[in-house]
Amino acid sequence: MVEATALPAPKGTVLPGLGLTLGMTLAYLGLIVLLPLAAVFATAAGMGLDEILRLLMDPRTLAALRVSFATALLAAAINAVAGLVVAWVLVRYDFPLKRLVDGVIDLPFALPTAVAGIALAGLYGPNGWVGAPLAEAGLRVAYTPADIVVALAFIGLPFVVRTVEPVLADLDREYEEAAATLGASRLQVVSRVVMPVLLPPLLTGFALAFARGVGEYGSVIFIAGNLPYLSEVAPLLIVIKLEEYNYAGATTIAAAMLLTSFLMLLVINLLGNWTRRRAGHV
Amino acid sequence: MSDTPLTAKAPFPPAVIAATTHETPGVRHALTAVALTYLALFLLLPLVMVFAEALRGGLAAYLSALTEPDAVSAIELTLLVAAISVPANMLFGLAAAWAIAKHDFRGKTVLTTLIDLPFSVSPVIAGLIYVLLFGLHGFLGPWLREHDVEIVFAVPGIVLATVFVTLPFVARELIPLMQEQGTADEEAALSLGASGFQTFLRVTLPNVRWALLYGVLLCNARAMGEFGAVSVVSGHIRGYTNTLPLHVEVLYNEYNFVAAFAVASLLASLAIVTLIAKSFLQWWYGDALASGPKR
Repeated sequence: MVEATALPAPKGTVLPGLGLTLGMTLAYLGLIVLLPLAAVFATAAGMGLDEILRLLMDPRTLAALRVSFATALLAAAINAVAGLVVAWVLVRYDFPLKRLVDGVIDLPFALPTAVAGIALAGLYGPNGWVGAPLAEAGLRVAYTPADIVVALAFIGLPFVVRTVEPVLADLDREYEEAAATLGASRLQVVSRVVMPVLLPPLLTGFALAFARGVGEYGSVIFIAGNLPYLSEVAPLLIVIKLEEYNYAGATTIAAAMLLTSFLMLLVINLLGNWTRRRAGHV
Repeated sequence: MSDTPLTAKAPFPPAVIAATTHETPGVRHALTAVALTYLALFLLLPLVMVFAEALRGGLAAYLSALTEPDAVSAIELTLLVAAISVPANMLFGLAAAWAIAKHDFRGKTVLTTLIDLPFSVSPVIAGLIYVLLFGLHGFLGPWLREHDVEIVFAVPGIVLATVFVTLPFVARELIPLMQEQGTADEEAALSLGASGFQTFLRVTLPNVRWALLYGVLLCNARAMGEFGAVSVVSGHIRGYTNTLPLHVEVLYNEYNFVAAFAVASLLASLAIVTLIAKSFLQWWYGDALASGPKR
């Protein structure tokens, strides 16, 4: 071993174990993730394009996909706004118990989705602590996609807060002071100086929350009511098809979800790169 | 900023600068109130609700919900699944970080992206892929049945699905940190005659111990709480393939709300302990965790 490391060490490192650890990594990743994921596309390929399109055009499947993507998009937008405000308050203002509040932000990451699901249903569901009085006042309709948005807004919040927070904390006040000496108003400073810097992390957080929302199952099914065509999400329909041993139907929905999510994430990533370049951060 | 304040030479009194670099107190208080109200309604209230509903039937009902045989077997299965999947992903994370952070090779970016892949796959799809592989009508289903091997609707399937959804946690904490730390320490140890494995054990591992613990904490919380992926492969056989989150669902669907929330309160306690431990790690050892201002 000693002979192997000449002094001074050459630039390209010579630490041992690359073969072993890389081999372990690839084998593990291949067996646990890649090979099983390929099973979705192998199953889909075995079905043929005609069959896939026929299954995909099934109205209930289309409705479930639409519900999942639309609610995830809306919830991610809500998260972007709420997350920005929360991150702003946490970074720039001082208030009592701030550290505690900051720690609580990650609760949706740590709380199992089934627990979040029954808790949110018990609060905001039609018979819930908050939901029931609202329903009585005629302000709440049971089992609509709005309930799904509530669950997804819970799940997605930390994604936005945790991506915006560090960038905002790093943002030097000097830029804002410079803009101030040039006669800008506070609104102009925020919209023209601060927001361009926050836009890339905001988009990243939005994309992460959206991706999570599209696939979310546990927290949604308890509150959504799960009415086909109305409040039934795509992951639930996969579960239903599997319970009927309808592998082809389940695979079609899964493949559609995977492809659409990857495509949308790609677009959002490109958009993120573009805004980063525009903001002068290469 | 230089020693002389920017405002000294500028034709603007400090008050004007402050007015454009800070929000007015009214706006500040309003934003704080909005943020805290939002967090209280969406984060705090659900947590309070779980414990309130769990104790609604009194302490005796609460305890009996946690000690009845199905609950006990769900607790045992959850612990077993975490005891297998967390160490497995810990070893994977260490191996992957050693390969990616300490060496140069082609396709590193792709590999790093692939490691994060399970986070962007729906948990239900994570379960589905194992059903497609090992299920009765799956690719390997007939062969498995011939050889009497049960994977789906049994414990191995639950473990596999859990390993899938928790795979990135440790690796993604370690890779950026080990990249930042470079290889100088390891090279010094090697040049002093340590073997590769000794170097890893005595130099690298102590350098990343807090980040490793951080990743393991998050990995464990998710492993014990995973619902969607496990639900697909478990088959919901009471007392046999029900983990704690699945047991919550079963009780809830039977309208046994007190018991459902009692079991849920166990999982919520796990989440609270995880959050507290995570916060302490960030406060005390923030510098020893991954790069960037992680507070």
